[in-house]
Amino acid sequence: MKDIAQIVGEHPFFQGLESDFCNLVCGCARNVRFNPGEYLFHEGGDANHMFLIRYGQVALEVAVPGKPAVSFQTLHDGDLVGVSWILPPYHWAYDARAITLTRAIAMDAHCLRKKCDDDPVLGYEVLKRLLPILTSRLHATQMQILDVYGAPEPPE
Amino acid sequence: MSDDLMVPEPVRVLSRQQELETTWTLELEAGQASRGPCLPGQFNMLYVFGVGEVPISVSGDTVQSETLVHTVRAVGPVSRKLAALKPMEIVGLRGPFGVGWPMTQSEGSDLLIVAGGLGLAPLRSAVYHVLRNREKYGRIILLYGTRSPNDILYSPQLEEWNQRPDFEVHITVDHADSDWQGMIGVVPALVPTLGFDPEDTVAMVCGPEIMMRFTVNALRDAGVEDEAIFLSMERNMKCALGHCGHCQFGATFVCKDGPVLPFDRVRGLLSLKEF
Amino acid sequence: MDNVDDASVITREGLQCLLDALSGRGYMVVGPTVRDHTIVYEQLTRTDELPTGWTDEQDGGHYRLKRRPDDALFGYAVGPHSWKRFLHPPRVSLWQATRDGDELRFVPARDDPPRYAFFGVRACELAAIGIQDRVLMGDDYIDPHYRSRREQAFLVALNCSVAGGTCFCDSMGTGPDVKHGYDLVLTELLDDNSHLFLIRSGSAEGAEILAELPRTPATATHQAAATAIVEKTRSQMGRSMPQTAIPALLMDNLEHPRWADVADRCLSCANCTMVCPTCFCSTVEDTSDLEGHTAERSRRWDSCFTSDFSYIHGGSVRNSTQSRYRQWMTHKLATWVDQFGTSGCVGCGRCITWCPVGIDITEEVRAIHDDVSSGAKE
Repeated sequence: MKDIAQIVGEHPFFQGLESDFCNLVCGCARNVRFNPGEYLFHEGGDANHMFLIRYGQVALEVAVPGKPAVSFQTLHDGDLVGVSWILPPYHWAYDARAITLTRAIAMDAHCLRKKCDDDPVLGYEVLKRLLPILTSRLHATQMQILDVYGAPEPPE
Repeated sequence: MSDDLMVPEPVRVLSRQQELETTWTLELEAGQASRGPCLPGQFNMLYVFGVGEVPISVSGDTVQSETLVHTVRAVGPVSRKLAALKPMEIVGLRGPFGVGWPMTQSEGSDLLIVAGGLGLAPLRSAVYHVLRNREKYGRIILLYGTRSPNDILYSPQLEEWNQRPDFEVHITVDHADSDWQGMIGVVPALVPTLGFDPEDTVAMVCGPEIMMRFTVNALRDAGVEDEAIFLSMERNMKCALGHCGHCQFGATFVCKDGPVLPFDRVRGLLSLKEF
Repeated sequence: MDNVDDASVITREGLQCLLDALSGRGYMVVGPTVRDHTIVYEQLTRTDELPTGWTDEQDGGHYRLKRRPDDALFGYAVGPHSWKRFLHPPRVSLWQATRDGDELRFVPARDDPPRYAFFGVRACELAAIGIQDRVLMGDDYIDPHYRSRREQAFLVALNCSVAGGTCFCDSMGTGPDVKHGYDLVLTELLDDNSHLFLIRSGSAEGAEILAELPRTPATATHQAAATAIVEKTRSQMGRSMPQTAIPALLMDNLEHPRWADVADRCLSCANCTMVCPTCFCSTVEDTSDLEGHTAERSRRWDSCFTSDFSYIHGGSVRNSTQSRYRQWMTHKLATWVDQFGTSGCVGCGRCITWCPVGIDITEEVRAIHDDVSSGAKE
């Protein structure tokens, strides 16, 4: 059995993190599992965790009245689920549902925020890892808005 | 028979199969006058009596030289008529034209085949070629993105290819409802997750120009050399012979220098507005 | 043919003999004549159909015929026509399709062009024909319509004795003196006492025809006079192209603000491409009868200034005038070099004269060049 420190340290999000910092954030971590169809969180709920997927697939969804929920992104092994935990007022902006059996690390948001606040160097380290994920999702969203597959395609 | 390549040859439609809501695959007689067998990535000019002519890439197995397979999306006046043709009806055929995928040049390399939407059609010929000559290539990954699960082209075939131990298929859609168990996300975002060896990979990309542009950026970020990235471009074409001028893209005539072009040839122009 | 110097002088009557000799050999002679207050190229049988005693005044968006004080036959620059309209006609029928039951047949259009003799082809125009030769006959696919006209054509070239207000062939290295690629070349020698034409052959057929004309051998004086005329013409060019590496200049400045500036003036009317002797773009048109038995396809000149030109389902690649002007000029002066080994511009000045708002290709290049080089100095 791997201990939680090992699991956290091996996750891509925290890979290469200094061991002192790793020990700090491990204090906020626990293992969780979600069965297929189970929700990690719902839109509007309190963003009390940051989830780091170890194995599995999670769909981010928006409920549409009168229609099935629309999924706009799936996340997989090594991905991070949920960024609202760091942005006041800490409410989830969408639903996250496990599609397959998903094992993840759940980081307690209060705990992690406090440690980041107490040690800005750790806070900066966490932000540096979070920001590329946010921007790549922003780029993906831009492409989705463009609806490129409705546009001309080569050659006819 | 005329030796003037502007004059089409009449060929019969042998079969017609609906692929998607507005997309059909036509199987045509190969014709006598055509300039030899098609190569993956090449295209033909297909003429509908009294309506007009459009360039359509070959989407079939090019080894089957007695027939020509084209997948057509009904979007314009000509392609709508083309897609509606029934078996035994006749179309005018000119071709094959252009430079196709670098099938020989990429022998010995891993292949990353990236398709978006109907861009899978011109790449299907390349896949057929690769599967016939499997031993000549390294690892093969097909990454296919489309709008929604209902827009996945050649779905049964993708399933079949994915069953092979020597062929990886990754399908992703822009959005889906909760019935969809597969991946959701845009193609460029998935490129870095594929774990390919950028030094030894030839990438073949076909899809809407914006999708190709962002995919190329992701491929370059992942370390693939510009010379190892190939795109299939689309421009207006009237003659397919480099004479009518319509398809010019910088110094390139897309019809005869392309449609498949190495990225280093179009670098700098691809992101230029209205070029 | 330089080894056989058959330089001769002929009179105006001798020139008529030349027209007759060409007609006698089955050529349709086409040359300059006045129509609708312009000098255009039409079929000629007599020298008095030439624009005798006329000259032209040309500037940006400006063309006027004016009387000369003499009876010169070639005392003007080029007009709106170029030989392109004969070699690469504005409209050509390509084929007819007939549908009979479930059969469909394609029949190539009959194309029996006349054997043309072009009378008075200037150096810039010879260069333009050379450029279209490369475009339409220089690659794997040879345009049969162009070839059937071009290969039979007989070229009577002309050394220019005047330069127009929009001429800049000297700075493009294409004129005003004719160097090669002709069957016969003329220089008009006109003074108070005599009206002669220095003539020399450039091909076997040219030499054969020249031998049939009433002529006298050219003297050193005639030759010197001809040289002086060409040199005077060279000194009178109304415009000049900046002498710089233009392809790199334009391709390095594809987003220069000058493109927006010219787009504010450009009407996207396509005149420049129609009068340009090297612009070769074409489109096809399909027509069918009402009963649906026959359909026809023809080819006609097209222009990169139209919105249809770059249309792919969903819209035009080049929607703005700015992008279309940039396409035209970068192709003409830059990417043409990559494609065909020469500039696509011969310095004839037609695009300047016939632009309704007088956009001047040399001035546009100069504006970018001056801006870039002044920026470099700062």
